[in-house]
Amino acid sequence: MSVVGLREFHSFEAAGRRYLYLVPSAAVFALDDCSAAIVDSLGEGPRAIDELTRDLAARFDHVEVTDTIAELQRVRALGETAAKPAPMPKIVPLRPVPLQTLVVNVTNQCNLACTYCYEYGEDKIVDTENGQQPKFMSEETAREAVEFTLRESRENPHAHITFFGGETLMNFPVLKATIGYARRRAAEAGKTIDFSLTTNATLLRPDVIEFLANERVGVTISIDGPEDLQDKFRVFNNGTGSYAIAAPKIKALLARHRSRPIGARVTLTRQTLDVSRIYRHLTDELGFWEVGFAPVTTAPGRDYAISDGGFDHLLEQFRTLAAEYLAASLQNRHHGFSNVRETLQEIHHGHAKAYPCGAGLGLMGVSTDGRVALCHRFAGSDDHGFGTVRDGVSWEKQQQFLDTHHVSNKTDCQTCWARPICAGGCYHEAHTRYGSTNRPNLHYCEWIRGWTHTCLEIYGELAERNPGFLRQFDDADAPEKVS
Amino acid sequence: MKHLTPINLKADRMEAATRPDKKDVVALQQGPPQQPEPHIPHGCSLVFAPGWEADRNGGTAGLCQPVERDLFDCHMGCFWPAQVPDQLNHAPDWTAKCAAAQKDWRKIDLIFPDEKKK
Repeated sequence: MSVVGLREFHSFEAAGRRYLYLVPSAAVFALDDCSAAIVDSLGEGPRAIDELTRDLAARFDHVEVTDTIAELQRVRALGETAAKPAPMPKIVPLRPVPLQTLVVNVTNQCNLACTYCYEYGEDKIVDTENGQQPKFMSEETAREAVEFTLRESRENPHAHITFFGGETLMNFPVLKATIGYARRRAAEAGKTIDFSLTTNATLLRPDVIEFLANERVGVTISIDGPEDLQDKFRVFNNGTGSYAIAAPKIKALLARHRSRPIGARVTLTRQTLDVSRIYRHLTDELGFWEVGFAPVTTAPGRDYAISDGGFDHLLEQFRTLAAEYLAASLQNRHHGFSNVRETLQEIHHGHAKAYPCGAGLGLMGVSTDGRVALCHRFAGSDDHGFGTVRDGVSWEKQQQFLDTHHVSNKTDCQTCWARPICAGGCYHEAHTRYGSTNRPNLHYCEWIRGWTHTCLEIYGELAERNPGFLRQFDDADAPEKVS
Repeated sequence: MKHLTPINLKADRMEAATRPDKKDVVALQQGPPQQPEPHIPHGCSLVFAPGWEADRNGGTAGLCQPVERDLFDCHMGCFWPAQVPDQLNHAPDWTAKCAAAQKDWRKIDLIFPDEKKK
């Protein structure tokens, strides 16, 4: 008689039901009483099938138990111990992947001097202040970036450009000209194209706002919350806080720009860990539709770095706000905590990632001199470059990157149930923490698992109590968020 | 599935992909449990049947179908323009001594054109 044991999954409960999040497939199944009893019974270790059916005979008849075992085997939640689970194949794309998003750093200059900045702060990769690169991207390079985007989008009928910096709006003239040029060239190529940008909001003038609204440019504002929190790190060169300048401009933008939802992007530090208060301020008082939070990227030991205990505290705060999201969603009301929405979307599709993000795959970043790198955070770095917008990128280099950064290379991730959704985490974060892009971000594993578990519970709760709400996630993904 | 309910889109796809009534190309040696229904047509060129000519070691011992099956499929089961005797008119008994092709193929009669009848 064959002996069966549990395979890899993460189990969770929601709305009084038991669920399995299967690894590595990322499929979510709900259990009935019989399957839950089998899973529990095997939790103590592998057992022979006849022994298992005998033990459960008081509660379930023989046929029911064997049928259920067959179903659990079918979805690979359990398997015969004699047969080893087949290893996940390592599949690296064999031919160039269409580019979906090009992040164009139109300038590496900024009118703020945020102390934690990954571009200018202590952990910078490229010396943009004393380096060889121009401070502003020329119109010519920007046009080449457009041509590159259209060319590299290959068979895709749609292309997307995200403008980034430095402070993006410091090079508004080039941005403006580039959008016009890109629209014309996309139409000639028979493609559609759209745009987004990230800004600190301090340079939003009425004419800029007018342009962004008319051109339907998606806008993300970097802001850390109410005045006291914003002004801790997001300061001008002379140390004055930026809130007083930014806030009225944000209000003006939100009042005028209605063609695309406008989101806030918050950097969390040890000193500004107050998620609910930040969220309230940004939505209720400033009027943002969505707010996304990300812990600051930093080497360990920096004053603003979130320590281990800080991550626990952060998780607790995320959970509180996520509970609000769930309550609103059960009543089909909007809630703007975008971290939950994005994770729910991934859970809904059952994404099982080989790579943590699209960098080097469907997303790349361009520096002001037109060099193409892994993503905008590495723009201008020769060590992480693939080529230039002028001469194109090397597919061999890209493939080599994809080969060495596949999740199967990350030994630490192989025993983690959250790897379908995390795949080791941000390359830039790993580079900053451990000096190498191919290292998994072990400092936030607990946080990722805790957060994924919370989102699975919310997903299960919605699947049971308001399944219609999840239909909004059926469509293919929106372009990748850049921060 | 009766005991597991697929919840997300991936689970739906998994459920559909592993449905047991789903037919697939299977080798004859895999036997009935994997192949609940007859697999017709045998060896037809429409079906991908690996292992006709050589097995994984380059020999014929481990073929998923015996080579002799090829001869019989040309003769009866499937259209394949090979030269086999005409069983309807001229050689009704050419396979009479061959009950199981794999074992008895040497007993298949050799048929020669009847020169006298010409």
